[in-house]
Amino acid sequence: MKVEFDEPKCVAAGQCAMVAPDVFDQRDDDGVAILLDPTPPEDQHDSVREAAAVCPAAAIRLTTP
Amino acid sequence: MSDTPYYPMTRQATCPFAPAAAIRDAEPVSKVRIWDGSTPWLVTRHADQRDLLNDPRLSIDEKKPGYPHMTKARAAIAPHIPELITNTDPPEHTRLRRTVNAPFMVKRVEALRPQIQRVIDGLIDDMLAGPHPVDLVQAIGLPVPTLVITEILGVPYADHAFFQAASRRAISHDTDPDDDAPSGQALGEYLGELLTQKIAAPADDVLSEMGARVTAGEMTFAEAVTMGSAILIAGHETSASMISLGTLALLRSPEQLELLRTRSDDPKFVANAAEELLRYLTIVHSGIRRIAVEDIELHDTVIRAGDGVIFELAGANYDPAAFPDPERLDLTRPARSHHAFGYGAHQCLGQSLARVELQVVYSTLYRRIPTLALAVPFEEVEFAMEGVAYGLKSLPVTW
Repeated sequence: MKVEFDEPKCVAAGQCAMVAPDVFDQRDDDGVAILLDPTPPEDQHDSVREAAAVCPAAAIRLTTP
Repeated sequence: MSDTPYYPMTRQATCPFAPAAAIRDAEPVSKVRIWDGSTPWLVTRHADQRDLLNDPRLSIDEKKPGYPHMTKARAAIAPHIPELITNTDPPEHTRLRRTVNAPFMVKRVEALRPQIQRVIDGLIDDMLAGPHPVDLVQAIGLPVPTLVITEILGVPYADHAFFQAASRRAISHDTDPDDDAPSGQALGEYLGELLTQKIAAPADDVLSEMGARVTAGEMTFAEAVTMGSAILIAGHETSASMISLGTLALLRSPEQLELLRTRSDDPKFVANAAEELLRYLTIVHSGIRRIAVEDIELHDTVIRAGDGVIFELAGANYDPAAFPDPERLDLTRPARSHHAFGYGAHQCLGQSLARVELQVVYSTLYRRIPTLALAVPFEEVEFAMEGVAYGLKSLPVTW
C-alpha cells in the first residue's frame, strides 16, 4: 500500500491522526496532517483505509502497487 | 410549487430520534420550501453529500444573494459578519481555519482527557450526593461542555450563566433579529475585553493563543473575537444535547446500555459507541447550507448557479446504503463515516473535543450509576426541537 497525502486540501479535522496514529500526526502550529509513513506495514492497512474514508477533505489517496 | 414540503420537517413524537419520514422517503435531490418562501434543493443521500461537500461549485458565502439562510435572524446579520471559517470558501477558508485548528488537535484534546474525566467525576459526585430525581440536563449535560470550553478558552467559570443564556438566544430558530443583536454584542464586548487582557498577560489557553496570532498579524482582533464567541456557542448546546439525548436513547435500548456498561473500560468500544450515538441522534437537524456558483448535474436534476442547496445530515446518517437498518441503535456497527459533524472542508472544528467529552461521559456515567432510570414516563420527556440542533428541555432521572 502506498499513501499519498494532498496537504493543501487538508482542513486539519484530525480524523486520520485519531484512527491511524502510527501513520498520521498533526503539525503543532496549525493541526495540518503529517504523513509519517507513506508505505505503512500490513497491520496498519485497515486503519489507513479507514483514515482515507473518513477524511472530510478527501486529502488521502491510497494506491496498491 | 404549493406542495413543496416545508423544511425543516417535524419529527414524529412516537419515534423522536429518527429523522422525519419525509426525509427518509425523499428523492436524493428535491426542492423544499424554507422560512422566507424560497425553495432550495435538499440533498439527502450519504454518497451525494460526500461528493458535493468537497465540490468547489458550491459556496458557503452567505453574503451571496439567494443563499438559503437558516433563520430570519441569520439572514439579517449575514451581511455584517466578518470573514470567518463559517462563511468563506477555500483558499481563504484554509488560511482562517489553520489559525484556529491548533487547540482542537487530537493530541491536544487527548491531553485534556484526565481533566475532562475529573470534571465529569466531580459532577457525578455532586449528583449522587444530592436529592433525586434530578434533571440530567442541568446536572451533567449543560455543565460538562460549559466547564470544559470555558477552561480551554480561558473564560472564567463565574461567567458561565451569561454564556449559556447568550448561546441559547443565539442559536434558537425563533430569535428575532432585534433581540439577537444585543446578546451577540454583549458576548463580543466581553470577549474583546478578555482578549485584550490575554494579549497583555498571556496564559495557557485558546484566547491567549489567538491573542498571539493577532499580535503577529496572522488574524485581526475582530476575527479573534468572533471566533471566540463561535467556539463558545458551537460547543455548548450540541455537546449538552448529545449527553442528555444519548442517555435517553440508551435508557430506551437497555441491552445496548448494558453492553456499553460492561465494556466501558474498552476505549475502542466506547469510541465506536460514541460514533454510533452521533449517527443515530444526528442532532443538527436544520441542514448545512450552500449556494451553487456553477450549474451542477446530480442524478437527473440540474442545480443552477445561484440555487440554494441544503444537506440533510440525518438523511445521510439514515441512508440504508451507508448504514443498513439505520433505525436500530447498534453500538457495534462501524459508524465513523457518519455526517453528524458535517463533511468537507467545513466539518466541525471541535469534533475531537466533542468526541473525548462524549467518550468520557458515556464510559463513566452508566458505570458509576448502574441503576440510572427515567423518573417520568418516556412520553413525558420534553424535547427541545426549535434550535439548529435538537435536544431535551429536561431529563428527570433517578437511581
